Amino acid sequence: MSSAVLATPAATAPVGRMLWKQTVALLLARLRNPAFSVLSLGLPVMFFLLFNAIFGSQHVKTGVSYATQIMVSYATYAVGNISVYNFGIGLATDRERKLDLLQRAMPLPPWVAIVAYIVFALVFALIALAILAIVGTIVGGVRLGAGTWVGLTWRLLVGSLPLIGLGMAIGYGASASTASALANMIYLPMLFLSGIFVPFNVLPSTIQSIGKFLPTYHYAQLAWQTIGTNTESTFTALMWIAGWSIALFAVALRIYRLDVDQKFR
Amino acid sequence: MPPVIELDHASKRFGHIEAVKDVSFEIGQGELVALLGPNGAGKTTSITLLLGLRTPSAGHARIFGLSPTDRRARSRVGVMLQESGVPDTLTVHELVDLFSSYYPHPLPVDQAIGLAGLTEQSKQQSRKLSGGQRQRLYFALAVCGDPDVIFFDEPTVGMDVESRRVFLASIKQFAEQGKTIMLTTHYLEEADELAERIIVIDRGVLVADASPTEIKSRVLAKRIAFRSSSHLREADFEGLPVTNLKIDEKGVRLLSNSPEAVLRELFRRNLDIKDLQVTGADLEEAFLSITGQPEPAAS
Repeated sequence: MSSAVLATPAATAPVGRMLWKQTVALLLARLRNPAFSVLSLGLPVMFFLLFNAIFGSQHVKTGVSYATQIMVSYATYAVGNISVYNFGIGLATDRERKLDLLQRAMPLPPWVAIVAYIVFALVFALIALAILAIVGTIVGGVRLGAGTWVGLTWRLLVGSLPLIGLGMAIGYGASASTASALANMIYLPMLFLSGIFVPFNVLPSTIQSIGKFLPTYHYAQLAWQTIGTNTESTFTALMWIAGWSIALFAVALRIYRLDVDQKFR
Repeated sequence: MPPVIELDHASKRFGHIEAVKDVSFEIGQGELVALLGPNGAGKTTSITLLLGLRTPSAGHARIFGLSPTDRRARSRVGVMLQESGVPDTLTVHELVDLFSSYYPHPLPVDQAIGLAGLTEQSKQQSRKLSGGQRQRLYFALAVCGDPDVIFFDEPTVGMDVESRRVFLASIKQFAEQGKTIMLTTHYLEEADELAERIIVIDRGVLVADASPTEIKSRVLAKRIAFRSSSHLREADFEGLPVTNLKIDEKGVRLLSNSPEAVLRELFRRNLDIKDLQVTGADLEEAFLSITGQPEPAAS
């Protein structure tokens, strides 16, 4: 076969615009899906309001109100939710309805679809955080400086990376229905064992020693550093998070390859 | 100019199963070709090779002389897959707009929606569409990028008679605009009605590549049909050179390569025969005689 020279070079569509459209479409689709938007945006606020009403007037330590502590905790929960559920259930659903197959046949580079997922998760995390911040400030009387908010935001985004790896591993491996069950079975216990849902020091010491291994424990530690209620240094927390990220992304990549090889080889 | 669509001694093996065996064909610009074959013949596998969804185990698939995975090739290809889904909370307009953004020179969104006959459903979320409307949405997604080549994999499955008629008409319209179209089907009359060229594939092997007329003329078989007041059973035809024998309340129908011998024997046995008809096989029968498959359960 002679090397094909086309009379007119076949143009391709601009990738930036594709990424933008892909991200906006995800945002619209997710916002209209009550299961996802309530879980990601509603539940953290609801838990905050509930526990703030019960314990809000107490103090965790001098200068830090209980409301501040749980607002930061539910912020880790909110951002973690988006990481686990967006990638876990979202990717599994795309695979189940064979959107992945259709997209593969399109002139859409596969990486654009994945980057759109990540950009979407970032944007949604910021929305969730903004809602919590407003409710926390108005209802819970939480007062944090601008610098603290910025510090909290980057820590939440970096700290939730292992959970994106976890979500991707579930999303590329499980069917849509098992993905949801699996995500809850893995992620929810992690929140309890890491001191996000209940104070860490009330847990039995054996449970505590398990909890200290979990990515969510170090994620919460990283976030609490902004209000000084941490027991672990930023450096240690970041090392754990880096380790978990590498491990979970490696697992996710392996599962992704298996899925792609089976369908597209 | 390289051919628009090309399989070049392509084979595809899944484990021990060879789904496509050394298939070659070239399709030029503006051709409307039906890829015909029974279920499991390798039609969809051939399409997935041409779409770059799978890689041939041997040989090549090319679109405009390029690898089908090349984004320049994909930017000129539209596709309607047999099984595919889209996010169900997006509207028809949003989905067409999204898929248009994948292509360098898409049609205006409203025009693509209009071509699919979904203008009224434009603002509806895809989960609220009926089965037929959903098929039309996939049609809109296939054509919205104004591609030069369009693949339709079993496009009319599950469509009612009217949607099917409208759908086939719009495919013809695309062909008249100079688009190259390949569709797979196991509806034989659909291939006959629509395509100028039929490629028959069976058990992974290309068994015929010709015009519908040529395919029909290749068939030696004649169809014999008659009614009888005697209660005939299949056993009465034992030893006769017949295939595809059917006996029911409408009478007896069969195919035979030597109809004269069959009739001579039937008359010799003194069976009561009324309304005798001997005709050339139609495309469906031609197809059966080419592939040697038993009559599909559907008919």
